[in-house]
Amino acid sequence: MEPLLEVRNLRVEFPTRRGTLLALDDISFGIVPGEILGVVGESGAGKSLTGAAIIGLLEPPGRIAAGEIRLDGERIDNLPAPSMRALRGRKIGAIFQDPLTSLNPLYTIGRQLIETIRTHLPVSENEARERAIKLLQETGIPAAEQRIDQYPHQFSGGMRQRVVIALALAAEPKLIVADEPTTALDVSIQAQIISLLKRLCKVHGAAVMLVTHDMGVIAETCDRVAVMYAGRIVELGPVGDVIHRPQHPYTVGLMGSIPAMDEDRERLLQIDGTMPRLNAIPAGCAFHPRCPQAFERCHRERPDLLAAGATQAACWLHHATSGREAA
Amino acid sequence: MIAFILRRFAQAVVVMLSVAFIAFMLFQYVGDPVTNLLGQDATPQQRAQLRADLGLDQPFPVQFAKFVGNALQGEFGLSLRQGRKVSSLIVERFPATMELALTAAILALVVGVPMGVYAALKRGNFWSQALMTFSLLGVSLPTFLIGILLILVFAVTFKVLPSFGRGEVIALGAWTTGWLTWDGWKHLLLPAITLSIYQLTLIMRLVRAEMLEVLRTDYIKFARARGLQDRSIYFGHALKNTLVPVITITGLQLGGLIAFAIITETVFQWPGMGLLFIQAVQFADIPVMAAYLCLIALIFVVINLIVDLLYFAVDPRLRMEKSGGAH
Repeated sequence: MEPLLEVRNLRVEFPTRRGTLLALDDISFGIVPGEILGVVGESGAGKSLTGAAIIGLLEPPGRIAAGEIRLDGERIDNLPAPSMRALRGRKIGAIFQDPLTSLNPLYTIGRQLIETIRTHLPVSENEARERAIKLLQETGIPAAEQRIDQYPHQFSGGMRQRVVIALALAAEPKLIVADEPTTALDVSIQAQIISLLKRLCKVHGAAVMLVTHDMGVIAETCDRVAVMYAGRIVELGPVGDVIHRPQHPYTVGLMGSIPAMDEDRERLLQIDGTMPRLNAIPAGCAFHPRCPQAFERCHRERPDLLAAGATQAACWLHHATSGREAA
Repeated sequence: MIAFILRRFAQAVVVMLSVAFIAFMLFQYVGDPVTNLLGQDATPQQRAQLRADLGLDQPFPVQFAKFVGNALQGEFGLSLRQGRKVSSLIVERFPATMELALTAAILALVVGVPMGVYAALKRGNFWSQALMTFSLLGVSLPTFLIGILLILVFAVTFKVLPSFGRGEVIALGAWTTGWLTWDGWKHLLLPAITLSIYQLTLIMRLVRAEMLEVLRTDYIKFARARGLQDRSIYFGHALKNTLVPVITITGLQLGGLIAFAIITETVFQWPGMGLLFIQAVQFADIPVMAAYLCLIALIFVVINLIVDLLYFAVDPRLRMEKSGGAH
C-alpha cells in the first residue's frame, strides 16, 4: 500500500551558541492509511520532536536540517507557513499530552470546535454546530447538545481529552499525531481514551502516530512500533515481533522493564545508566556504553536500520557482515 | 455573585469611612476655623458664639457624624479662600479632570495594547526593541518633565499647539466639554499625552509580558496544531487571556490618572480638580482639600468595584464559582 506519511532521513538540529545539537538523526519510517504506528522510547529520545516536525510546529530555533516528509506523496517539510497552516487540522490532526491545558479556558468547547471546523470546511455556523455535536456524541460525551455550550473547566480530565480528540478529528484529517495522549490521565481513564482513539480513527479512516513511553499502550493499540534512542530509530517492526522477539538490545531492555502479570518478580529489569545528552552522544552506536553485548565495532561505527529477524534493527549484532552497502 | 458584590460593597463603605475620618481630622489639626473666619481681633464671646453656631462645641463623634452626613449629601461647606460652596467648585472643575483622565486612559489603551501585542509577536526585531527602549523612557521619565518637554517642542518651538488652559468649551447642562470643539481638542492633546505616557508604556510592557506567557501555553500550541488563522490565535485566543491582568492595572491606573492629574494640570494650568487642590493646599483651604480627598477615594472605590465585576465578564471560571470569592 502507498504510504500516507513518509519520513525519509529526517534530521532536526538546534543551533545554539555552543554549537549545533543534533536532536533527530536519519529518521525514516512510513505510515500507511488507517495504520497505528507507535513511537516509544525514554524521555528525550526525540519522540515528541518527530511529531512536532511532522505537524510543522518545531519550536525555534529547532529546524529540519535534512531529509523530507511526504504526506500523500507530496513534500510538506518545506511548505510556506500559510500552506502548512491550512494542512494542520485539515490533513494532520494533533493531540497533546495534557487535556487540562489544551483547551482555551475562556471559550466554550462549542466555540472552539466550530471555529476549527469553519477554518477548514466551507460550512455555515449551524452546520458546524451540528457537526460539533455529532463529534462530541461520537467521542462519548453525554448530553452533547447541552455540554457543547459549557466551558473547559466544567469537564473532567477524561472528558476534556475526549473534547480534544473531537477537536483533532473536527476536519477529518487523514493522520493524527497523538503525543502522549493518556500520560496526564488517571490510569482508569487511560484505557477508555486509548480504545476511543483507536475506534474513532478506524471509523474516520485516520492513521495515527502514537507517541508514548508506555509499552502497554503500544502493545494493545498499535500495528507497528518504532523504538527511539538518542534521536534515532533503533528498531522498527510489527508490534508483536518487537514485543515478543526484540532484536535490538535496547528494545530487549525496554521489554524487560515491563512488569508481567503472570510472573512474580522481586525487581524489574532495568537498563543501567542513562540516555546520553544531546551534546554528548557517543561515537559509533549511541547505545554502546549501556549495551551488555557491545563489542569493538559498536564503538567505532554507527549501525543503520536494517532487516533483522521479523523487524528492522540498528545493531551490529544482526548485520555484522552486511555493513552500509546493504542499505 | 450577589454575596461577592455585597462583600465588596461593605469593604467600600469601610474604606470611605476611613478616608472621611482622615479628611475630618484635617479640620481638627490644620488651623482653627474660628480664628480663620473671625480674625485675630474677635472677642471671646464672638468666638464662643460662632463655635456654637458651627457646632464645634459638640463632642467629637457627633461632629464626625455630622461631617459624614453632610458629605453624603455632597456638602463640604464653604471654601475658605473663595467663599463659595465647595460642592459647586468641585462640580465646575470635575468635567475638566474627567475629560483629561479619560482621554489619557483611552489613548494609553488604544496605543498601548497594540504596541504590546506587536512587541510580543515580533520579539527581537528592530521595531519591537525600539518600542521596549521607548517604554523604559516612558516608565522612568517624570510626568512634569514630559509635559515641559512637550510644551517646549510643540508650543514654544513649533507654535502648533497651545500650552495652557482648556480652550473653547461647550456647556451641556452642568457638564462643560472640550471634546466637541476643535480648539478644545488642541488644548487637550498635550496634557492628555503627558498624562498617558506613563500608563501607555506600562500597559504596553504588561501586555507584552502577558502575551509572551500566553503564547507559550498548551492551548495556543493546540490552536496552532488545528491550523487556526494567526489572527484568530493572536487576537482571539491569546489576547483575551491576557486581559484579566490588563483590566486590573488599567482600572487601578484610571483612578491614579484622575488623582495624579494634579501634576499635569499644574504644568498645563488645566482648570481641573487637581489645580483646585494644589491652590487649596497653598491657602490651607481645608474644606476643598477634604472634599477632594473624599471624592478621589470614592472614584478609586467605584473603579475597583467595576474592575472586579469586569473579571466576571471576561473569565467564565469565576462566573461558575459558587462562593464567588475573588481572593
